[in-house]
Amino acid sequence: MTVYNDFVIRFANVNGSGSASANGMFAKALFRMGVPISTRNIFPSNIEGLPTWFEVRASQAGYQGRREGVDLMVAMNAETYEEDAAAVVPGGYLLHDNSKGLDRRLLRADINAIGIPIAKLILPEFTNPKQRKLFKNIVYLGALSALLNIDFDVITGMVSTQYKGKDELIQPNIHALELGRRYAKQYLECPLPIQVRRTKQLDGKIMVDGNAAGALGALYAGATICAWYPITPSTSMAEAFEKYANQWRTDAETGQRKFAIIQAEDELAAIGIVIGAGWNGARAFTATSGPGLSLMSEFLGLAYFAEIPAVLFDIQRAGPSTGMPTRTQQGDLLAAAYASHGDTKHPLLFPATPKESFEFAADAFDLSDRLQTPVIVLSDLELGMNDAVSDAFTWDDARQYDRGKVLSKEDLDDIEAFGRYLDVDGDGIGYRTLPGTHAEKGAFFTRGTSRDAYARYTEAPEAYTENMDRLAKKWRTAASLVPAPEISGHRHRAGVVFYGTTAAPMAEALVRLADDGAPLDAMRLRGFPFAADVADFIDGHEFVFVVEQNRDAQMKTLLVNELDIDPAKIVPVLYYGGLSISADAIAERIIEHFDEHNLPRLKEVPGGLGA
Amino acid sequence: MTFVAKPRVHHPQLPLNDLGLNRRDYEGAVSTLCAGCGHDSVSAAIVQACAELSLPPHRFAKISGIGCSSKTPSYFLNASHGFNAVHGRMPSVATGANLANRELHCIGVSGDGDSASIGIGQFAHIVRRRINMLYIVDNNGTYGLTKGQFSATNDKGSTSKKGVPNLYEPIDLVSMALQIGASFVARSFSGDKQQLVPLLKGALLHRGFAFIDVISPCVAFNNHNGSTKSYDYVRGHGASVVTADFLPKDFIATAAETVVDYAPGTTETVALPDGSRLRLSKLDESYDPHDRAHALAHVLEAQQRGEVVTGLLYVDPDASDCHEILDTVETPLNALGEAELCPGQGALDRINAGLR
Ligand SMILES: Cc1ncc(C[n+]2csc(CCOP(=O)(O)OP(=O)(O)O)c2C)c(N)n1
Ligand code: SF4
Ligand SMILES: [Mg+2]
Repeated sequence: MTVYNDFVIRFANVNGSGSASANGMFAKALFRMGVPISTRNIFPSNIEGLPTWFEVRASQAGYQGRREGVDLMVAMNAETYEEDAAAVVPGGYLLHDNSKGLDRRLLRADINAIGIPIAKLILPEFTNPKQRKLFKNIVYLGALSALLNIDFDVITGMVSTQYKGKDELIQPNIHALELGRRYAKQYLECPLPIQVRRTKQLDGKIMVDGNAAGALGALYAGATICAWYPITPSTSMAEAFEKYANQWRTDAETGQRKFAIIQAEDELAAIGIVIGAGWNGARAFTATSGPGLSLMSEFLGLAYFAEIPAVLFDIQRAGPSTGMPTRTQQGDLLAAAYASHGDTKHPLLFPATPKESFEFAADAFDLSDRLQTPVIVLSDLELGMNDAVSDAFTWDDARQYDRGKVLSKEDLDDIEAFGRYLDVDGDGIGYRTLPGTHAEKGAFFTRGTSRDAYARYTEAPEAYTENMDRLAKKWRTAASLVPAPEISGHRHRAGVVFYGTTAAPMAEALVRLADDGAPLDAMRLRGFPFAADVADFIDGHEFVFVVEQNRDAQMKTLLVNELDIDPAKIVPVLYYGGLSISADAIAERIIEHFDEHNLPRLKEVPGGLGA
Repeated sequence: MTFVAKPRVHHPQLPLNDLGLNRRDYEGAVSTLCAGCGHDSVSAAIVQACAELSLPPHRFAKISGIGCSSKTPSYFLNASHGFNAVHGRMPSVATGANLANRELHCIGVSGDGDSASIGIGQFAHIVRRRINMLYIVDNNGTYGLTKGQFSATNDKGSTSKKGVPNLYEPIDLVSMALQIGASFVARSFSGDKQQLVPLLKGALLHRGFAFIDVISPCVAFNNHNGSTKSYDYVRGHGASVVTADFLPKDFIATAAETVVDYAPGTTETVALPDGSRLRLSKLDESYDPHDRAHALAHVLEAQQRGEVVTGLLYVDPDASDCHEILDTVETPLNALGEAELCPGQGALDRINAGLR
């Protein structure tokens, strides 16, 4: 039986061998044929010589999460033969270079080995040793086009656009593609029972990673200053911002730039620059990962207490410490929520898709200006660095930036006495002024020390307490402004709570669980502080699973702490191995819980509990 | 302790500047520092310099770190916004502030602890980036606010109040600034207003990164015999290599001034961006304040002799600043709106197309 558009293919390569571009073309070709895919780079913290994997999952149902098991392994790294062969599902396929025969380590009776003498094919055709190395990747790409029934024109078309201007490279690449394709057609059973076919499912969609999407969101939101310090997996966000800003923010006449990017000396300086700019009325952001977030803590407390807008993108990787710097995790949740000493807390946004990375990036600047406080967007390596199929980005041209409560010179003219920290509107948010606005009014001293409503230094207990209470009131205002949770289903005894990239496998896990007699209501958290709906959802269920990608069930802690929820009501479902969590893992553990506790499957409470 | 608002008293006898303002319009809140603290003299010199330059008192961004010195932005230019940030991080905040609005005069005030210890990394990097600002270190060789520990600028052998000598080599911020590319470098003494005020004026009008290390004695913890940052020590060991006089735009030498007899080759004038000038008078004909390596060598040699070199040590009148390096638009970035910043749906359609 032929299976269309539903498989996992994994490329096992050596990093620095030029495989990335061939693998990228493979994914793009499928995307252009309308095959719903998601991609994952599993790479080492190293520049050359270590194992690296690239995985593409095709899913007819459009599931974007990782799936366990590999249907087709392209085993190009002898170092990892053993584990690569072991990863293939029974009955699956393993493509390898059999120029020197079949390596013993690849032997497995229950899978199909597909041997292609890649090195031998290349040897007589190319003399340049560099080309010989690079074109190995192109040869297997050519072979895959035949094995999986990929439109050859789509691939050759891509080669031509990729090497536009370097025309001398086009012909040899196409030749290498044809070598692989011809060999497969001539000697192998082609196409395989797993293959692709064109669909219209992806019409109008784009393929993009979350970091590029977030950078674009910052650009559209009017961010003019980006200060950052290189750290995987956030670096590509600053780089993407630079690319887009150069393109769209350069004055056509003068060539001058409507933005400033500073590669700072460290993360302390990066966030300091952002805060200095925010204080002076420009939209500014930084992108970092866990270690950078730790360094930024003192400054985040300053911005919280002194009430200065700042936007921070934390593209999470596996901690603690340097942890697994090229693996994904949701381990910074608590560190971000409560970054800095004293009673400090920060609004968080949890994008789950590239589209949301774009939108939440833009929203973060409005929120930060409105709330006069740092806003942290918690993305992760899975979302930030992997290409995914996404709805196209849209922008409402009528949208105005919400710059929050900033008094102009005219406003100040009309005001008797300006008090920076007066709660005039009862929402806990004062009015601010920007330096240089007015000759006589509105100047004040911004400080991380205690002050009264008129920004005057004070250590008076009442004034300090009043100010802290106002900040708490502002926090409650924030709960009504951050993106609300997305809730689905409304009548089951149990619910499931998740956020960020756990959303991708969750869609699939929920279907599987319903099929297995354990249907769940679902709540995807999109922002912190928690809106009222969040407590209602949990209250409305006998128990809820909280699925997340860290060891310590950090979201559980946050929910219990902020909403006073009985911890016994929450069942953590955790994965923290560094790959993204899969639907298989989620569904298995939830079913296990039902079985361990003898919970009847398929029981639904009459009338509905969570309604 | 609470903030004390300084009473606004009208002083008809005080001279008015070109904006019709007098010195009081440039003052700040009443200082809460120890009586006699050098830092207060620096604040007073800033007030005088800004008033005499007729700069609008609300068009400054005053940024500082943490320390007694870092409190001082409250004590000058009340009409301007100030930002007392975190310890050692004034440079990054000043960088952001300057990037956001290039039109404001940016004054950063820091201490020797703030800049030479916890903040030395940020100090080094703001110099490299040539942020257009005046960066002042009130250098007292001690951590005033935490009660008198040695700072990194304290000279080896200089003693604490209890007579314990400092065992470590000092960091000289002037030498660092020279080496990393500051385009205006001076050292002065809080007790020498004659020298300090013109230096501040020159630095405020200089385009590029201007650094002034002001020896500013701490009367509470580092003003005793045995300290090399005491009033007496600096008075006895200070040597000004290049004295700067500020000549306003419309300066015409008066008869009294022209009689000042300068030896040939020892004076020159340096033009400032607004048309005013600095007249430099050198003690030594061979000193070249436009030669970075020469200035650095001079400072290091003097330091070995136990001398405190003061004056305008280096100036590059044609220096660039960070905005020039980054080639940013003339309009302050914080004044750009949706029309200038947001590429809109049309552009997004093209971007989407590129992602297919
Ligand atoms: C992170 C941090 N560590 C330590 C301190 C405590 N602290 C406050 S001021 C100061 C030293 C200030 O010395 P300096 O900058 O020379 O200023 P001065 O008081 O001498 O003018 C220290 C260590 C702090 N505020 N923050
Ligand atoms: S302790 Fe020293 S530095 Fe601080 S105010 Fe007193 S004299 Fe000045
Ligand atoms: Mg000091």
